[in-house]
Amino acid sequence: MAWFLRKSKNINESSTHREMPDGLWTKCTECSTIIYRKELEEHAFTCPKCDHHFRIGSNKYVDVLLDKGSFNEMDADVRSADPLKFVDTRPYTARLKEAYSRTSLPDAVTTGMGTLNGRSVAFGCMNFGFIGGSMGSVVGEKFVRAGRRAIETSSPFIFISASGGARMQEAALSLMQLAKTSAILTELADARLPYISIVTDPTTGGVSASFAMLGDVIIAEPKALIGFAGPRVIEQTIRKKLPEGFQRSEFLLEHGFVDRIVHRKELRQELSAIIELLMGGRR
Amino acid sequence: MATNTTLDFEKPIVELEQKIAEMRSLADALDIQPQIEELEAQVEILRANVYRELTRWQRVQIARHPDRPYTLDYLTHCFDDFIELHGDRAYRDDPAIVGGLATLDGSPVIVIGHQKGRDTKSNLRRNFGMPNPEGYRKAYRLLSMAEKFGIPVMCFLDTPGAYPGLEAEERGQAEAIARNLFLMAQLKTPIIITVIGEGASGGALGIGVGDRILMLENAWYSVIAPESCSSILWRSWEYKEQAAEALKLTAPDLQSVGVIDRIVNEPVGGAHRSPVAMFNTLRAVLTEELKDLSAVPIESLVHNRREKFYAMGVWAG
Repeated sequence: MAWFLRKSKNINESSTHREMPDGLWTKCTECSTIIYRKELEEHAFTCPKCDHHFRIGSNKYVDVLLDKGSFNEMDADVRSADPLKFVDTRPYTARLKEAYSRTSLPDAVTTGMGTLNGRSVAFGCMNFGFIGGSMGSVVGEKFVRAGRRAIETSSPFIFISASGGARMQEAALSLMQLAKTSAILTELADARLPYISIVTDPTTGGVSASFAMLGDVIIAEPKALIGFAGPRVIEQTIRKKLPEGFQRSEFLLEHGFVDRIVHRKELRQELSAIIELLMGGRR
Repeated sequence: MATNTTLDFEKPIVELEQKIAEMRSLADALDIQPQIEELEAQVEILRANVYRELTRWQRVQIARHPDRPYTLDYLTHCFDDFIELHGDRAYRDDPAIVGGLATLDGSPVIVIGHQKGRDTKSNLRRNFGMPNPEGYRKAYRLLSMAEKFGIPVMCFLDTPGAYPGLEAEERGQAEAIARNLFLMAQLKTPIIITVIGEGASGGALGIGVGDRILMLENAWYSVIAPESCSSILWRSWEYKEQAAEALKLTAPDLQSVGVIDRIVNEPVGGAHRSPVAMFNTLRAVLTEELKDLSAVPIESLVHNRREKFYAMGVWAG
């Protein structure tokens, strides 16, 4: 009966989940325009035709946002351990190994210090390509260290979120990172230093339910999926299809949960302007 | 009120108990009192053995037992003068989180907890203990009030998770939880957390940041429920037992990685078998913990609380 149905999952399924591949030519996943690499870079990795924002990782965000050559990565040696000896269909250690070799990244977050229009900033950016940008002990620890460094150097803290939520393989320890990251933000607030949260596609679960939603100013990229529960879980719960645009940046702006939606090409100037205004009131 | 639900692994115990009951009904006619007593002793040994070697999934089942005491049971039995306060002052009252004023051993406290229902009707009202944003915002209001009046806070965690609904997203479920974490990390009054049943994910942690984290012996606490973990990592709902093992979600597991501070023993057979004993134990533990925390100056308290959470996590390098 079902001989004509594909037994295995759609072979292209995972491609939309990852960050954009490096190549000379890239096809826009939204409007199918073929874009030359240089043109893509000039448009801060957005489609020149339809403004689709490609999912990019920390390396590209550093190029897009910070002063050229100013970024000094820190705590890259903080690596995931496997405290619970977690095994599902595969051991956690095997998943980590694969993520290291596929992404050449230290974990789902990259942190450090840099400058933005000459102003020193503490900077962090998540990597969705590393186990779905999931937050385990390493993400929490590096976030806290970056926050501390902001306080020590009296710098604002800029953090870019992209995450499916807490990392299941570290179970309750991952959950506690929500509290840990929120705690350092209270110290940053005591020091009256700006914390700017930039929310990108996608940001859900434990990351949205902690530091992503705690910015003094929260900026979203256009059409990013932002929410607590993922759309599939909600659809299963309410047994209805969700309306078009649900949980997208524009929906959050309308409901009052983000301050602004900013095109990636304008992000750098907006960030700089906001930070200078906020820091300008310091006495 | 009791549903007399029997969990699978309790069946041998229940069968033996039924046998004893039968023998009792015949005891007037026959001289079998010694045999009855022997069987009763056997039941206790059996129960102790079964409960000593519970698997993680079995504990999850006990944590979800329909007769298990819920937050309001503790609020009315461990505390005196409980006065419930309602509403988030913005949208509505969320019955999935309850809270108010009470006294513990004569001292005022503010109490907050997730609340499940006992039957279909009350479960619909309380949304099976799954809060909406207004529940967390009610808690926020009560937490702020506790700080204002210098009253300690006691939170009771028992939720299958924050509600993953359409309206919950519209009203900012993530923001509501995040703001509570931010507040609780710096609240200038003692906070004692007790995981009494299910501690599922951000929905539990949303009222779960404190100076002392206690956990009942058969409660569970993790980033996700075992069934959901199974469906994501194994792509099937069938691996809940394995998921429960992998998640290491029991009180002893969590104490060993520093997520909780203290395990509160339950009566043999679980809190639901002897609620009064459970209330007495928890009242004594909370009183003792509160006494210890009340001696700490507020600045050190907040400092220690932040340091406690900074220390959570395991990494290399």
